[in-house]
Amino acid sequence: MKLRMPRRGRAERGPAPDEAVDRGGAPLIARADRFSAQDLIVEASFGIGARPTRLIMTTLGTVLGIASLVVTIGFAQTAAGQIASQFDAVAATQVVIEPGSANSLNGKERATGSLPWDAPDRVSRLAGVELAGLVSEVPLDAVTITAVPVNDPSEPPTLGPALMATSAGLLDAVRGQLVTGRYFDVGHDARSDRVAVLGSRAAERLGINRVDSQPSIFIGDSSYTVIGIIDEVERRPDLLDSVIVPLGTARADFGLASPDELQIQIALGAGTIVATQAPIALNPNAPENYEVQAPSPGSALRENVQADVNIVFLILGVLALLAGGLGIANVTMLSVMERVGEIGLRRALGATKRNIAHQFMVESVVIGLLGGLVGAALGVFAVVVVSVMQGWAPVVDPWLAIGSALLGAVVGLLAGVYPAVKASNIEPIIALRGSN
Amino acid sequence: MSRPPVVDLIDVTRSFTGPPEVQALKSINLRVEKQDYLSIVGPSGSGKSTMLNILGLLDRPSVGEYYLDGALTSLAGEAERAALRGGKIGFVFQAFHLMPHRSVLDNVLLATVYSGVPRADRERRARAALHRVHLDHRIDFLPGTLSGGERQRVAVARAVVASPQLLLADEPTGNLDATTSGEVMDLFEELNADGLTLIVITHDKAVADRAGRTISIADGRVSETT
Repeated sequence: MKLRMPRRGRAERGPAPDEAVDRGGAPLIARADRFSAQDLIVEASFGIGARPTRLIMTTLGTVLGIASLVVTIGFAQTAAGQIASQFDAVAATQVVIEPGSANSLNGKERATGSLPWDAPDRVSRLAGVELAGLVSEVPLDAVTITAVPVNDPSEPPTLGPALMATSAGLLDAVRGQLVTGRYFDVGHDARSDRVAVLGSRAAERLGINRVDSQPSIFIGDSSYTVIGIIDEVERRPDLLDSVIVPLGTARADFGLASPDELQIQIALGAGTIVATQAPIALNPNAPENYEVQAPSPGSALRENVQADVNIVFLILGVLALLAGGLGIANVTMLSVMERVGEIGLRRALGATKRNIAHQFMVESVVIGLLGGLVGAALGVFAVVVVSVMQGWAPVVDPWLAIGSALLGAVVGLLAGVYPAVKASNIEPIIALRGSN
Repeated sequence: MSRPPVVDLIDVTRSFTGPPEVQALKSINLRVEKQDYLSIVGPSGSGKSTMLNILGLLDRPSVGEYYLDGALTSLAGEAERAALRGGKIGFVFQAFHLMPHRSVLDNVLLATVYSGVPRADRERRARAALHRVHLDHRIDFLPGTLSGGERQRVAVARAVVASPQLLLADEPTGNLDATTSGEVMDLFEELNADGLTLIVITHDKAVADRAGRTISIADGRVSETT
């Protein structure tokens, strides 16, 4: 039985064509399939896959490092986007026009122009303008505003709320809310009706919280009917501390000369065009006499905030990555020491030093890349989850995710150099004589 | 012209520097013809290991020449020597050196990876080699589940899969009991009968006696005991 087996084996091996090639005499060995890139990948992946638990522990450092980098940069981007969008909502859709001013010879500031009373009508025909309203502070010389006129000579004079005059459309232009009652309309304005709307804090000071009983306030000795209370204005928050009367009333009763300020709510992105056209609409002969505050097209704010990446967290991430790299180097080194026998065997089977070094380099790069991929995925996931919980829009540059995964591979590459050199310098003689 | 000898050592000396200088091999001349079955015996420290390393191209002689299958190995660079090891020499070790996480077939295939066996041919040849060592039924096993004798036969299959000119065995039965070492020695005889040149390094007299030729090393010098 035993004698027949080899004969069959020989019969099978006999016609193998490469045997004839081998006996060509010269010590040449076909280069073609000798440890090709495919073999390298296969051998390296076996090396990596042999110890899954250790693989997880090894990648952990890189995973943490890459994840913290992605989270840091991702949150910086998200926060920048968040801040910018909060500013954008109001800043990018509001234009304010004031009369220009110049310093006169005696050092006093004087207005060089004035806003027309029909300014809201003039600008509302412009493209991009959605709402417009005039607002002006009314100087109260010795006059105070009270809910009940009490003449107490012994009481020191108190400072009442300020008096403001606005056009009928102002409330919408500054995005204010009515708490109760109504805002005055164009009719009140035209008739110079003695009506007033109170800002919420002014109403509190005057002790008025409802308007259905038509309460009155006194500005000096004149009585005004309170028709509404407003709250939460996005612009001109000083309105909340003021008593507001129609412009027409202010002109008739207090001799208001001209409005102070035109508030315009515009469509997003119309800032530049409104800023150039509105002064011309207001005064075609002297448009230069107005000062216009309009949102700039490219948000400088956004860029500033985005550049302000939290440097401390970035350094922490880099440190974690460094620790991860050292971890890979350490474990790869350990693995080299454990696999001394295998390395010696491979050398005996015809592997060159270079083959051995390449194998350990590839193993280390793949471990780093794995850590990078997992870390990038975890980091993006963390940014998304936290952002969603905070109600923010998560912003992560796709190149950040791709780049950080590749960074993991680079860390693996750097970490693998020393162990790979060590492995390639192992003497096969010594390695093979040791126990398995 | 007749075939050159598989191994031809001419005045090979290997000395290790560093005080005191040690000459592990002293002016050795050795010819091993094709299909020879040679055993090298000697006490430990006699230079057996150095001999193995020189023969296996894992070390270079300090003085002298080594022709392997007619080619002068001292002219070969490190990469060429690696290629020669992969293509012309098969190794069998005392400690088997099988990779524990990979199947028997994969362990045999490993030798084809470095020796330039065409990819398409690798698995067929690995199966043929396993068939040759009578392990067809263990192809998908892990080495850990095999007996010592079976493991050594896997190592032999790995050594012969790339059709080497020379099989170098270093204490192949050192980790085996009498029965299983008998199996391995039978296998060596079969391979030798098929035309393979064998050099077995051992300190076991019983193993050495199975070889056609025996040389003994003592204190770095060889003497042939026929």
